[in-house]
Amino acid sequence: MERTDTYERHHLKATELRLGLPGTDEPQKQSPATASIKSNKRALPESAKDCSSNNNSCASDVKDGDCACAPSSKAQVVGWPPVRSYRKNCFQQKKNEPDVSGMYIKVSMDGAPYLRKIDLKVYKSYPELLTALENMFRFTIGEYSEKEGYNGSEYVPTYEDKDSDWMLVGDVPWDMFTSSCKRLRIMKGSEARGLGCV
Amino acid sequence: MDCKRNRDMKSPPPFPDEVLERILSFITSRKDRSAVSLVSKDWYNAERWTRTSIFIGNCYSVSPQIVIRRFPKIKSVTIKGKPRFSDFNLVPPNWGADIQAWLFAFASAYPFLEELRLKRMTVSDESLEFLSLKFSNFKALSLLSCDGFSTDGLAFIASNSKNLIELDIQENAIDDFSGNWLCCFPENFTSLEILNFANLNSDVNFDALERLVSRCRSLRVLKVNKNIQLGQLQRLLVKAPQLTEIGTGSFLQELNLQQYAELACAFNHFKNLHTLSGLWEVTSVYLPVLYPACTNLTFLNLSTAVLQSDELAKVLGHCPRLQRLWVLDTVGDAGLQSVGSSCPLLEELRVFPADPYSQDIFHGVTESGFLAVSRGCRRLHYVLYFCRQMTNAAVATIVQNCPDFTHFRLCIMNPHQPDYLTDKPMDEAFGAIVKTCTKLQRLAVSGLLTDMTFEYIAKYAKNLETLSVAFAGSSDWGMQCVLDGCPKLRKLEIRDCPFGNAALLSGMERYESMRSLWMSACNLTMNGCRLLAQEMPRLNVEVIKEDESEDCVAEKVYVYRSVAGPRSDAPSFVLTL
Repeated sequence: MERTDTYERHHLKATELRLGLPGTDEPQKQSPATASIKSNKRALPESAKDCSSNNNSCASDVKDGDCACAPSSKAQVVGWPPVRSYRKNCFQQKKNEPDVSGMYIKVSMDGAPYLRKIDLKVYKSYPELLTALENMFRFTIGEYSEKEGYNGSEYVPTYEDKDSDWMLVGDVPWDMFTSSCKRLRIMKGSEARGLGCV
Repeated sequence: MDCKRNRDMKSPPPFPDEVLERILSFITSRKDRSAVSLVSKDWYNAERWTRTSIFIGNCYSVSPQIVIRRFPKIKSVTIKGKPRFSDFNLVPPNWGADIQAWLFAFASAYPFLEELRLKRMTVSDESLEFLSLKFSNFKALSLLSCDGFSTDGLAFIASNSKNLIELDIQENAIDDFSGNWLCCFPENFTSLEILNFANLNSDVNFDALERLVSRCRSLRVLKVNKNIQLGQLQRLLVKAPQLTEIGTGSFLQELNLQQYAELACAFNHFKNLHTLSGLWEVTSVYLPVLYPACTNLTFLNLSTAVLQSDELAKVLGHCPRLQRLWVLDTVGDAGLQSVGSSCPLLEELRVFPADPYSQDIFHGVTESGFLAVSRGCRRLHYVLYFCRQMTNAAVATIVQNCPDFTHFRLCIMNPHQPDYLTDKPMDEAFGAIVKTCTKLQRLAVSGLLTDMTFEYIAKYAKNLETLSVAFAGSSDWGMQCVLDGCPKLRKLEIRDCPFGNAALLSGMERYESMRSLWMSACNLTMNGCRLLAQEMPRLNVEVIKEDESEDCVAEKVYVYRSVAGPRSDAPSFVLTL
């Protein structure tokens, strides 16, 4: 790709800290000042622990803020780019979630003639899921509380987990729920009284 | 008012001193007070007796003794110490700017001192103890980018400063032993209004923090560090519904449904929140809890939150009144598109690099993100933008869209990088900026630049006060232009440029009207610096000599005006010429 070639050509040239006018190809400018320029091409002082460039183990160096995550190619220039030490903490790059496959599970509702299927991956939190279920089956779920479950609701959302137990939706953190949920069942409130209480 | 008083006449002043002082006590602007003090001897005296707040931009430009002699009634002091490039490790440790000498002087002259705001100063634990014990009325301590103290020093402040209203500890390089200092606030201490310990790393005692927040009913700013978990944050927020600025801790903790609901409920109460920051390790699951609190938000600092473009877009959709936004470049150009479309009132944008040392140009933001912001945010006047590619044409369009820039800090992260489409230097970009943005006060340049850039700056940037230059220019002429052409220039900081003695000496007359000049890794020699020092006795010309450079080379040079003479506390590696 032409653009990359151009970039690479200038990338390499650009790393040469020299005094010539831009565009000239003379690398040999023997003036005493070049010595001072060269001395800047040194790694960050003191805390230059070895850190592989893509590995985020630099997080452990965070304490004194001087994380010397030297990239594999060129030596770093001191203080460049001008980013404060405390900001240099190597941020964990979040993985873009490229998961294309959905997580479809069956949803049954007591009294409904047929089941539905939903993709759990579409929802990011319990409120989103519960709202979607309410819309899909045209009913309302009441307030959740740890102590009482969905006490007072006409319908109660439950799910079958990996151990084939029927659990109340909402007790565990969202990510734990999505990884263990095999199917959903929207139970009539009257039947669910046993499930909701401690 | 009669401003031209004939000094020879011994006529009585038009007003009694008390009246003049009363009138002058309404003047708060530093520049106005400076002007007032030059009118006449009476006015000078009236001004010095009525000044309550002093700002010292360079701690070595004046001595404590001179300050306390001139101003007898100071309640609030702001002092800046080290050159700005010390933030990027260019100044060796133990360089100076120690606050202790100042505190000694203040203890005798200003025992009722209330506020101390320090930037890039060295502050020891002993100094903090001294401060907490000697100033019974002390109310506000703000330490930004300082070093030399530890959390032990904070413990002294907490224990002894009975009237403390503000404790603001930002971005300091300190020894973080433990968070126990928070326990040192006495149980009957209730005056705190501002508490910011966001950049400390150690665990704090949460119970002590919770009790502190409960009893300080006037607390309006609370910025905690990343060790405070979501569940704990919720408990704090519930105790302090009057907060207008919140800095959250970590946003990662897994919550069950009830905890989530409680957190959402807590944030729902903050209708008057104007500043939000923190959000370390944020995941998109929990971002929605913030939305109800964002309606009146004017400043959103996401510079420690790794967000992708769609996540940012959703958040910004709830922030119609946003004026200041700080983000990481993980949001990408797409994220910046949503800034342009969601935040029409935006005045300030800062985009920080999440991965500054990566060579990969496919991370981060480019010129198109900046363009998108400029199209939607016409009021933009402050920008700090880290990127890996830029074009002259894009910058020209950006400033056409937003001609009111006062602060333009562009950092193209690879040194000497040209316009990536045309391969030409970035001179025209900065030319466009200075031609179009007549109100420009602060400029930071980057990319491949010839002397042309500096000719443009000299010709057009007549309001420029601060200029930062790195890896730029072709010859002495560039720097000479700027020194000659920018009458309001106060701070000039230069690194890794081909400017030599001729350039340095061409500005001889200028430096007395500037705060300071920094030049490192340029072409200066000791002789050149000596010559400057000889010709201009009211300047301090200091060379930082580290082992590696040759004897005649002046590797790092710091020049500043001073009425206090050469430093008496210079370490061995700082040579005053």
